[in-house]
Amino acid sequence: MSELASVAATPETFDLALLTEVSQFLYKEARLQDLHCYDDWEALWTDDAVYWVPANGHDIDPEKKMSILYDNRSRIALRIKQFHTGKRHSQSPPSRLSRIVSNVEVIEDRGDEVVVGSCVQIFESNPRADTVWAARNEHVLRRTPEGLKMVRKKVMLTNNEKALFTLSFLI
Amino acid sequence: MTDQSTAKTEGQDWDNLIMTDRVHGSLYNDEEIFKEELEKIWYKTWVYVGHETEVPNANDFVMKSIGPQEIIMTRTDDGEVHLLLNRCAHRGNQLCMEAEGNRKVFVCPYHSWSFNNNGDLRGFPFADGYEGVDKSEIGLGKVNRVASYRGFVFGSFADEGPSLEEHLGGAAEALDRLALTSPEGEVEITAGFLKHKAESNWKFIVENETDGYHPAFVHSSIFQVAKSGIGDLYSSGSTAVARDLGDGHTENDLRPEFRRLGNVLGWFGTKEERLPDYVSKMREAYGTEKANEIMIDGTPHIMIFPNLFVAEIQIFVIQPISASETVQHVTALQFKGAPDMNRRLLQQTMGSVGPAGFLLADDSEMYERTQRGVGAKLPEYNYLGRGLHREREDEDGYLVGDATDEVTSRGIWKHYRKLMEAE
Repeated sequence: MSELASVAATPETFDLALLTEVSQFLYKEARLQDLHCYDDWEALWTDDAVYWVPANGHDIDPEKKMSILYDNRSRIALRIKQFHTGKRHSQSPPSRLSRIVSNVEVIEDRGDEVVVGSCVQIFESNPRADTVWAARNEHVLRRTPEGLKMVRKKVMLTNNEKALFTLSFLI
Repeated sequence: MTDQSTAKTEGQDWDNLIMTDRVHGSLYNDEEIFKEELEKIWYKTWVYVGHETEVPNANDFVMKSIGPQEIIMTRTDDGEVHLLLNRCAHRGNQLCMEAEGNRKVFVCPYHSWSFNNNGDLRGFPFADGYEGVDKSEIGLGKVNRVASYRGFVFGSFADEGPSLEEHLGGAAEALDRLALTSPEGEVEITAGFLKHKAESNWKFIVENETDGYHPAFVHSSIFQVAKSGIGDLYSSGSTAVARDLGDGHTENDLRPEFRRLGNVLGWFGTKEERLPDYVSKMREAYGTEKANEIMIDGTPHIMIFPNLFVAEIQIFVIQPISASETVQHVTALQFKGAPDMNRRLLQQTMGSVGPAGFLLADDSEMYERTQRGVGAKLPEYNYLGRGLHREREDEDGYLVGDATDEVTSRGIWKHYRKLMEAE
């Protein structure tokens, strides 16, 4: 059997339609973040959401150790409201952003939820300087009547053990 | 003292750089002044390094700093805490690359020299090449003096000088007060640090910590949407006071406001029903009356010169890297014996501080803009005269002003000048 045939014969390990669907979702999320479409981005979350950016490694216990960001749904909403005041100084002017999402993999298809891995590189330009951020992301996406939504997003910054500049745009 | 360094001291015209109500912009961005600060402040006075609870067990260690110097804080098996420099005594290799761990012996990977965790040289391979060498004369660099107060470990590179308690002066009482907010009388530093970098001079950050004038403006966005009462504490009508405790230590004493309002845990923005375990443990430990007083007064908001900021629910350790770069290390305070409280302390701290914090992202934005702004040639001075006309002595003899007054900045600069002018 050729390699190609073996891939074709095991669709459960490579569901092109699912990969396309989740990739399109991640690209959309990236666009909404880059363009500061705060409300549209917030609408991507489920009510039981967790938005997590750990510090000092990727496997810390966020209930015991400091994370850069560990937001439940109401704190995500507060974050968005703070942007909308127009007085979030570290985003006034807003960072100019373009991010590349790549290496998208379906890690696990649980039926109602899909675990997706990806990598992201973000170019940020703000009054201080131009900064490059890099991370491996893990999304848990849930199928809902309105389409895929984010239940959990974990952003594993490559350099999260080092001192970091202000990170007040949506990562 | 060499002629050269005397000449350098005389080279700064302090009368024109620092006045009662204004300071020269170059103090924030001149690399020569920064070098002098390292020698006269950071490598001389008591500097906060870490907390004893970060090395709870024998042979624990954690990587810390004094300014740009990496410091390994160790606990030997006799229980003593040591502050060692991260430089192999052989050829200068960085000895330790880990952020924390447990080891009795540090082995340099370059030529396998080994050191005990008190800094003594333990051994070297192929010892025949070192015949007659006295190992006791070769060891790791050590911070000359190490002392702790309420578990807060400080180091001084100077052989002699004021004791830690003399250095802390009026600030010691704030650390006593902080300990009392734990039902077991101890705070712990166990949650790990966020490290937040800013392109700004360290003194902008030190000054900002007890600047009661900025919160209403820099933080209005979060106060507004979180319906926080913090803004009112730092307003014209507030009965809180800004205090110069001397020796560069300053505080915003919010107790007058909290006492006026008289709510248990009001300082923490919550009510006693939300933290029943903590409240009952406090009352058991101190008796209801005393516990209520403690829980109404809250924790201090104090900047202990030059680098430890106790900010009610968290601590910041300020680390200067250069004249225009500073790292803020920040973590939640944890109260021994209060798990329900600790969870909320951690959650609130994570929301407020660090690179993405609701508060600190905007403070740091101001630090960086101020650093860039002060590079403008004119006017040459920053004006720090707010409330000068209403400065007064309190019953303890400390200089105080209204909640939003710059008596704190003036106190910091007065002490700074004294240190920088000293031989």
